[in-house]
Amino acid sequence: MSDSKLSKNLLRMKFMQRGLDAETKKQLEEDERRIISDEHWYLDLPELRARENLILEERSLVSCEDLKYGRFSFQGFNPEVELMVMMNPKEEEEDKQEEEVSCMQLDVTDEEMALRYESLVGSMRKKFSRKRDQTSEDVDIKRVFLKPQD
Amino acid sequence: MFSGLREKVGQVLVPGDEFCLEIPETLSLSEPMKPEKVLLGPGLKRKGDRKLLVVKSGVLRHKQPHVFWVENQQRRYVPARGETVIGIITVKSGDVFKVDVGGSEQASLSYLAFEGATKRNRPNVQVGDLVFAQFSVANQHMEPELVCVDSAGRANGMGVFGAGGLLFSVSLGLIRRLLRPRSDVLSDLQKLLPCELVVGMNGRLWARASSVQQTLVVSNLLQSCDTMSPPQRQQLFRRAAQGAL
Repeated sequence: MSDSKLSKNLLRMKFMQRGLDAETKKQLEEDERRIISDEHWYLDLPELRARENLILEERSLVSCEDLKYGRFSFQGFNPEVELMVMMNPKEEEEDKQEEEVSCMQLDVTDEEMALRYESLVGSMRKKFSRKRDQTSEDVDIKRVFLKPQD
Repeated sequence: MFSGLREKVGQVLVPGDEFCLEIPETLSLSEPMKPEKVLLGPGLKRKGDRKLLVVKSGVLRHKQPHVFWVENQQRRYVPARGETVIGIITVKSGDVFKVDVGGSEQASLSYLAFEGATKRNRPNVQVGDLVFAQFSVANQHMEPELVCVDSAGRANGMGVFGAGGLLFSVSLGLIRRLLRPRSDVLSDLQKLLPCELVVGMNGRLWARASSVQQTLVVSNLLQSCDTMSPPQRQQLFRRAAQGAL
């Protein structure tokens, strides 16, 4: 039988391919895959990465020089602006150090806060404890049966 | 890869200078090759695949790891995306305001680009108001667009301002010197008197102090210290601290 009389679909059927070589089988499979994959769109990542340009352009100076935000308030003239500046996170280490220093200059330092909290916890607990708990807390004696004294 | 550029850091470059990025001569077959990227700031443009062209005259600066730019002095502002500027509302037409930012054309600002603005709740903006906004679109092909709100939807200091202050213009170099991380001019001004300052990257400054005279003192100081060297500027600030106040 010559190939021209049989259709392509018939030749692609499994029973017709049992007699073929391994190489021709692989070729036919590849052809099929290519037909299917030609219709699908995909990103050829390795090729794209090789072609990707190494030179990037940036128009703005803000990221080049790390420019700060444009609103300033000095010596407490506008408290809203000062609050906003403080709320924004600072990334530089020097700014972190400055923040620590400025924290120390606040009214209450960390040590004082810690001391205050120590006493605060005890007093708050006492406030919310009931009468039964109060007496049991204060008196810590082991209860033993006392014989009545006649 | 860009050793030619690194050599020239700190030197003066003129428009027309070209740099060629070299390909490394020895390629290691064992390790995967990681091409180093170069980020070009203002003043440098890409020409072709591996060439750089200098388009502004100035000093070449470098920031780790691989950022290069040309630092120059000019008064004319060119809008760039992400920069915060002071604009003046010129036209209020329907849903969009036209804002004058000092560029080649006016920028547009939508009324919805303010914090808490909805179709029913319009922001209170009149013609002639000053706005502190940032560019969301700014390239040579399209009309620049401004927004008064950041990507999270918060105003973050942007929006209408300007009751009782003075707007004046300076060169872009002074603006950069004011906005640098450790700015001498700003720290000098901080010690001088309590005031409020809004810095727009289009060369516009707005200042407000507790009285009209103090506001004028601040604006005159900033305008004159543009062309001064640091010792001259410190002398000027000292004189202002003693004399005017």
